[in-house]
Amino acid sequence: MSTTPSESATREAAAALTGVETTARSLAESAAEPATGITGAQSLVRSLEAVGVEVVFGIPGGAILPAYDPLFDSRVRHVLVRHEQGAGHAATGYAQATGRVGVCIATSGPGATNLVTPLADAYMDSVPMVAITGQVPSAAIGTDAFQEADIRGITMPVTKHNFLVTDPASIPQRIAEAFHLASTGRPGPVLVDIPKDVLQATTDFAWPPRMDLPGYKPTTRPHGKQVREAAALIAGARRPVLYVGGGVLKARATEELAELAALTGAPVVTTLMARGAFPDSSPQHLGMPGMHGTVAAVTALQKADVLVALGARFDDRVTGQLATFAPGALVVHADIDPAEIGKNRKADVPIVGDARETIAELVTALRAEHEAGRTPDLAAWWEQLDDWRTRYPLGYDEPEDGSLSPQYVIERLGTIAGPDAIYTSGVGQHQMWAAQFIRYEKPGTWLNSGGLGTMGYAVPAAMGAKYGRPEATVWAIDGDGCFQMTNQELATCAIEGIPVKVAVINNGNLGMVRQWQTLFYEGRYSNTRLHARNADGTPKAVRIPDFVALAEALGCVGLRCESKDDVDSVIEKAMAITDAPVVIDFVVGADAQVWPMVAAGASNDDILAARGLRPVFGDNQV
Amino acid sequence: MAIRFERNVGHMTRHTLSVLVENKSGVLARVSALFSRRAFNIESLAVGPTENPDLSRMTIVVDAESAPLEQVTKQLNKLIEVIKIVELDGGAAVQRELLLVKVRAPLADRTTVLQTAELFRARVVDVNTDTVTLEATGTPDKLQALLAVLAPLGIKEMAQSGTVALGRGPRSMSGAGTLRPVDRTA
Repeated sequence: MSTTPSESATREAAAALTGVETTARSLAESAAEPATGITGAQSLVRSLEAVGVEVVFGIPGGAILPAYDPLFDSRVRHVLVRHEQGAGHAATGYAQATGRVGVCIATSGPGATNLVTPLADAYMDSVPMVAITGQVPSAAIGTDAFQEADIRGITMPVTKHNFLVTDPASIPQRIAEAFHLASTGRPGPVLVDIPKDVLQATTDFAWPPRMDLPGYKPTTRPHGKQVREAAALIAGARRPVLYVGGGVLKARATEELAELAALTGAPVVTTLMARGAFPDSSPQHLGMPGMHGTVAAVTALQKADVLVALGARFDDRVTGQLATFAPGALVVHADIDPAEIGKNRKADVPIVGDARETIAELVTALRAEHEAGRTPDLAAWWEQLDDWRTRYPLGYDEPEDGSLSPQYVIERLGTIAGPDAIYTSGVGQHQMWAAQFIRYEKPGTWLNSGGLGTMGYAVPAAMGAKYGRPEATVWAIDGDGCFQMTNQELATCAIEGIPVKVAVINNGNLGMVRQWQTLFYEGRYSNTRLHARNADGTPKAVRIPDFVALAEALGCVGLRCESKDDVDSVIEKAMAITDAPVVIDFVVGADAQVWPMVAAGASNDDILAARGLRPVFGDNQV
Repeated sequence: MAIRFERNVGHMTRHTLSVLVENKSGVLARVSALFSRRAFNIESLAVGPTENPDLSRMTIVVDAESAPLEQVTKQLNKLIEVIKIVELDGGAAVQRELLLVKVRAPLADRTTVLQTAELFRARVVDVNTDTVTLEATGTPDKLQALLAVLAPLGIKEMAQSGTVALGRGPRSMSGAGTLRPVDRTA
């Protein structure tokens, strides 16, 4: 066999996220000895070893069973999850926390279809992931055989690419191609479907295989002329904004971004996918733009004369009504995916390339502009921006009914766990509060389901993140609705020794939907109450489920907090437990709302800082 | 192989894309699914072999304004199995379709049918006492004109291929002296 797995692989990955100079591991870095007369399954496992896989998350079943036999002896660790969706999100969490390719494995039919949600999730958020699925034997394909599903057809629209392996000899090549596709260019999920007979057949193994992807040539180097044009535009701008998206994190370009920000002196906004790409402590940071962004970030985009979009895709949650988004701005749009450029918003200066290379070259070009005496004066712009953020800071009111404030809980959690912890979240109010009230300072510390909006993401993603970064404290901030979708993976965490921490922000409701019902449906709370209630709608004293008891049943430590006075102590208690997963049931009020807000489909100009509070922007536009 | 969707011949926003793809199973599904998923309107799609056994050529007629067309080509280019895309526009390309049409042709009308066929350089490929089946090739416009003339006589059934097209002149899409691909980078 080839070189043994690096014990320090995880630390290496962690260093890669924080260090500037560390480059991504080369996929075919490790050599592997050739083998003859082995099974397709052995070839698959050897390929995974050769490509440098540390861990796979999965569940065995009939069609994939041959692969599990060589996996038993492999240095690739397998984490047995409780639901394939958990395997998929764990792979995503692992990938987002480490920057490496996350791997999940499932059997045919329902095993494979359970991966569809995490695949779609990873596709929307451009997460490098490889899914390996067993398929019914070749001869049975198309016969509606037991546990047959056309997973290749099903996942075509939600994967970067997918393969059905028909020849056992091609297994190493397909695996190498899958990892190459997943991790290069715009990252994304790749599925490899392997029929059972292909896994059982006798074949040979050689590494590295020849990859054959004639149609795949991602552009990573930005065009010099475009970069210079962008630099000239930035140098001449009076109201520039750096609009930073998740691509900056994917490209590990945060050091370069810091340099660009320092050089331009321009305000920075980080999208939901880019939280942590630029330190929240920087005075240049205006926070998150979008539907629940800060007034300053949203308004800065609206009033900008030059928008510099870096690895961002003008998502509808950021732009609001597209026709009225940033009406006076010229747009520099840098992205590795040419199809993103001009998709939603016309780009005045399009730049196709890797964010890291692009930003580095932009810095050089901008220096030249400055040396030629073209340095813009942004004092008036900053006066305006500071006015907005002073008048409309992020904040919340304590609930009038004396209940625990969810924002307070999340704010305290961020303060106590600090900027070195990794935070994952589900989708909804708690997600927005976690994006707003935790201060992110470092890349790879905020993992969430941004594009697809997958409830249930937090717990399995935290499991994957904790596996990949065992030295880090990993907090899953979850809602009680989300938590009830995927909490079974806490059993996995307890048994496999993956001590994640979960803060359930338990308001007894599907909170975000409830908020919309309050605002847009006259408070008619159709099917958003999760807690047990009496005939008159008042909550029953009984807790269903009792999250503390549930946590204990799943092998975790269960804690509960119902008052403001206990918040710090219960978080500190959870922080002190490092040998088991911990769940804190924070019982919070049901009526807290996420503000600011731009209503769906409305213009960003109509942002409300709080309910009924329309900011006054004045006419003193610079 | 050909798939025909809505017809909208002569519309100003028709564009013909010639797409070289890897000759692998599932590529047609990938391409057609992309069009429906991204709400792009296909007028016709024809797939066939090329001079290179590893490649197939898809000729796709799209109904799109120029900005959506750019999205179509960029999204197509993202498909891993798509090698190259060239837009073939009217004057610089030869575009042809194949039509088989079975027309009612009782003795009284038969001469009219045969004269019409001759005018359009269509060939008679089957004949019996009641019907005549014609084979015609040409531009979409020409075949529409033929059908318009035959319609009053009674069309029993018809089958029509999608458009296939090649650029005029000595250059080709693959090999030396190639046609310029649709710009991928801007």
